Amino acid sequence: MKTPEPVQVIKERRDTALNALVGGINFVQFLGIRFDRKGDELTAVLPYDQKLIGNPMLPALHGGATAGFLEVAAVVQLAWQELWGQIEGGPFDPERFAAEGRPRLPKTIDFSVDYLRAGLPRDAYARARVNRSGRRYASVHVEAWQDNVNRPFAQATGHFLMPQPKQDDDPSGG
Amino acid sequence: MSDFSVDWVQSFIDALPYSKALGMRADEVSEGRVSISMPYAQALAGDGEVLHGGAISALMDTTSGTAVMTLPKGLGTATLDLRIDYMRAATPGQRVRASAECYHITRTVVFVRTTAWDEDESKPVATAAGAFTYGHMRAPRTPEEMQAAMQALATRQKELGQ
Repeated sequence: MKTPEPVQVIKERRDTALNALVGGINFVQFLGIRFDRKGDELTAVLPYDQKLIGNPMLPALHGGATAGFLEVAAVVQLAWQELWGQIEGGPFDPERFAAEGRPRLPKTIDFSVDYLRAGLPRDAYARARVNRSGRRYASVHVEAWQDNVNRPFAQATGHFLMPQPKQDDDPSGG
Repeated sequence: MSDFSVDWVQSFIDALPYSKALGMRADEVSEGRVSISMPYAQALAGDGEVLHGGAISALMDTTSGTAVMTLPKGLGTATLDLRIDYMRAATPGQRVRASAECYHITRTVVFVRTTAWDEDESKPVATAAGAFTYGHMRAPRTPEEMQAAMQALATRQKELGQ
């Protein structure tokens, strides 16, 4: 019988892949977003920072910061799911992965945000769900919350263009 | 004629830490219409050198919301929803300018359309359509009024439990 892989080996492989995916995105560093991983489940975390504030008198998170956070959570979830098969099932090689750099990210076609209540000046969390993922297009829903996971302060749905193996002539370049 | 100046819009933007962090600049203003631009920054890149959609979202949200603020009862508006369509990648290194227009105003809601371009004005980088709450209070005309209004807004939103 084959011996199961040691847990540290599995964790290191998955965390290396996640860091490679997220680490090179400047905007993620700008907002200070990190990702908590449990198995394949990701939770995006936006630690509170004064620069994320919109109305300083409330104070409340800027709608643009909330939208950016939701979009990052959605696109990383989508890319992560695509990568997961390679990490677990396939020929994933952390060294080659590190050498070749980050996999290409899906491009946002459109992104629609509902603001449900003001974002408070404290950490925010988001989880995204890929509702449809085809060869070319994907649809992702994402919700963000602060104190209570059942009281989201914002939600969004976006459509994404999946990275194609070769250059194509699709008009959407966003 | 509108009595809103570009300086008024700039002072408003500067009061929003996130908009200020992104270096937003007020370019044009009239009642229900505002243009705001933002410089390219490598720190805001997503894939490669291209600006991340989330950075464009912030510009679209600020520009749309500020356009509502210039309406007679626009202060204290909040975004209900904002949908952004990304037409193409903004060219790295170029400034992005967004122009918002309040195209329909009801007693309680304002509908806003916003378009963003880089230096190539023939092809938009992104467009947005949003709905904003309306009918809260008169927009402030001086820095003192601005301060008082922001405070009143905060109190009101706290009352609403938002």
